[in-house]
Amino acid sequence: MTATEPAKFDEMHKPDGSVREAYRGYDEWLSGQNDGWMRRKAFEAESFFRKTGITFNVYGEDDAEERLIPFDMVPRIITGGEWRRLSRGIEQRVRALNAFMHDLYHRQEIIRSGRLPERLFRDNAAWLAEMVGFTPPGGVYTHIVGIDLVRTGPDEFMVLEDNARTPSGVSYMLENRETMMAMFPELFSKVKVSDVSDYPRRLAKSLAACAPEGANDKPSIAVLTPGIYNSAYYEHAFLADQMGAELVEGSDLRVIDGKVHMRTTVGFRPVDVIYRRVDDEYLDPLTFNRDSVLGIPGVMDVYRAGNVTIANAPGTGVADDKAIYSFMPEIVEFYTGEKPLLPNVETFRCADPDSLKYVLDNLAELVVKEVHGSGGYGMLIGPTSSKKELKEFRAKLEARPENYIAQPTLALSTCPIFTKKGLAPRHVDLRPFVLCSPEGVDITPGGLTRVALKKGSLVVNSSQGGGTKDSWVLED
Amino acid sequence: MLGRVAHGIFWMYRYLERAENTARLLAAGQRMALTRGQDMADQEWKSILTTLGHRQAYEEHHDDYEGAHVCDFVLRSKDNSESVFSMVENARTNARACRSAITGEVWEAVNEGWMTMRDLLARPVRNSNLNMALGAIRRGSTLARGASHGSMLRNETYSFSRLGTFLERADNTARILDVKYYLLLPSLSYVGTPLDTGQWDNVLRSLSAERAYRWLNAGRMDARSIADFLILDGRFPRSLVFCYCEMRENLAELAQVHGSEGTCHSAMREADLRLTGKKVEDIFDQGLHQFLLEFIADNQKLAGAIAEDYRFVA
Repeated sequence: MTATEPAKFDEMHKPDGSVREAYRGYDEWLSGQNDGWMRRKAFEAESFFRKTGITFNVYGEDDAEERLIPFDMVPRIITGGEWRRLSRGIEQRVRALNAFMHDLYHRQEIIRSGRLPERLFRDNAAWLAEMVGFTPPGGVYTHIVGIDLVRTGPDEFMVLEDNARTPSGVSYMLENRETMMAMFPELFSKVKVSDVSDYPRRLAKSLAACAPEGANDKPSIAVLTPGIYNSAYYEHAFLADQMGAELVEGSDLRVIDGKVHMRTTVGFRPVDVIYRRVDDEYLDPLTFNRDSVLGIPGVMDVYRAGNVTIANAPGTGVADDKAIYSFMPEIVEFYTGEKPLLPNVETFRCADPDSLKYVLDNLAELVVKEVHGSGGYGMLIGPTSSKKELKEFRAKLEARPENYIAQPTLALSTCPIFTKKGLAPRHVDLRPFVLCSPEGVDITPGGLTRVALKKGSLVVNSSQGGGTKDSWVLED
Repeated sequence: MLGRVAHGIFWMYRYLERAENTARLLAAGQRMALTRGQDMADQEWKSILTTLGHRQAYEEHHDDYEGAHVCDFVLRSKDNSESVFSMVENARTNARACRSAITGEVWEAVNEGWMTMRDLLARPVRNSNLNMALGAIRRGSTLARGASHGSMLRNETYSFSRLGTFLERADNTARILDVKYYLLLPSLSYVGTPLDTGQWDNVLRSLSAERAYRWLNAGRMDARSIADFLILDGRFPRSLVFCYCEMRENLAELAQVHGSEGTCHSAMREADLRLTGKKVEDIFDQGLHQFLLEFIADNQKLAGAIAEDYRFVA
């Protein structure tokens, strides 16, 4: 990325080298620290993560079964004012998403009104016929949402992706903060940062508020994990532990007398809310994938009878589709009657012939993504791709245009990281975590900042070598 | 708590206990080998393999009883599914699977223990480093046990952790005694020879009992009092009586929490009959070997009853 790279917005430094408002307190502190000491701290952070076992598993790598996501010690800082604006936009978007889910599985007003083409969900593998006409307890579909935001300027935040299926990474939001506070306690007395540590309590409260009718005052909540070999197992165990919920596997659960039960040492005990970290297709071998051993036979019947809450609701993955994403401005307006507060990144739907032509003509300048893809797999970043890669991707696009969307290569904002040669700017994004219940939308002030560690790289996904940072929202 | 988690916790502590006891056994064997001729050393390594139940697997891969080969096989060989490293790794896998049932301190102790072992046992341990490595194994288990004692809520989870620990420990003590039982028979003809006291000392060392025994017996050493001490002395934390006392208490806790007893409680009472009020003479009259064999079998039955009563598996 050389000549085509547009001017970047650095969140810490202005072009003249002076420090922006948000980072002033941090910079003052940093300039008082010794370089060698900071390097030792970086080493300390890594051993801290290893000891606590905050690892993730990478698919397709045999010898590196458990890897650490690299952690960078420079916090990503957002002012209180910026956060308030962001959270208004996030809340609006999440409310719209939930209303959209309800509509898609009921009257489909948005399709009748002609705002959304029917094929978008008809071709969508995440669409579940089993959900049609059914309203989940409390009317909540998207109990936990992660909204991926990118920034291109002082006031320019945009939504890059919606994660309404099973957003992960919240354990990093929490552990990164713990690590920072353990390593630099004096920094936190100097700079006032909004607390994130009560996220698990808020999550437990929000899930409890979504319990089915008939559950008692203290509903029993279980986190359903595929097991210790899942890439996010650490997070499943962490959240169960922090919420005081049971961490269960499919084999621990059984449907008895129309209720989900877990096998305890005193016999089978009812479960009211399942925070599942298992994909829809593995949830119930009687309804979906018959070979699944990760799920609970018959759970969908219990669910449809209103006797258990599944969070997030099956079938919400429709909203993660990137073709649906391209309609989010229309979706927000349709359900809230307001203009979207947070814009989308400009998106070309390759299913549309004019857009496809534009994309093919400008492939080297664009980022192209699979509509159902996630985790940074199967995408093309035009400006950093070779002629051969471009040629191969062109063929894929021409063969199945409806499978792709394209976006301009954004001048993503940067935030400095520590390198051996001092601070160096790297591209970042931000994933705040949003909780929905009948009691309202609750956004923890902070989130997961992912950072591309390679110079110039725009890919921040941990599966592609990205790292994380502690994300600060300043109190003012 | 979940039956699967109770299962995981029970076995996690069994693995930790076994890793530690194996290290003790190797340390005693190493000491024996150093102070005796080649024949005696071979005998000693062979008996260690027998105690651990590794003899057959070992002999499939080796035709000698070199200390270095035996230690490598017991500690880290990929051919040995019950190596010390496998134990430590299994304990960690269980700790991960039961992560929300144990405290952060326990998890860190187990995880760090595993990290240390992974580095230490990445390649064969040099003879000059053996003692250090065996010490590290013991320390790993000690740390996990200490973290459990100091940080875990006294609830069901804790009861299962203690049951796993003491059930395994009783099994290990009984096995060590059984392999050497002939040394402890009072009829032994060459009582009091240096060879003999050396062997006795070795049995005591295998259970880290040498100092406690000396403390209580002021220099006297004879088969009868050693057997008495290792089986029946309720003050020594690796004796059979001590282990069973702990198990009885923890089973009683479980019965209280659950409001009812299971088949494991009656199995416990039966097993207790074997020990309660017994004198070492009674055991010798029955036959020490026979006594230990039956003890080991009953102990296993007890483990089975616990698994069944508390729904360890679906």
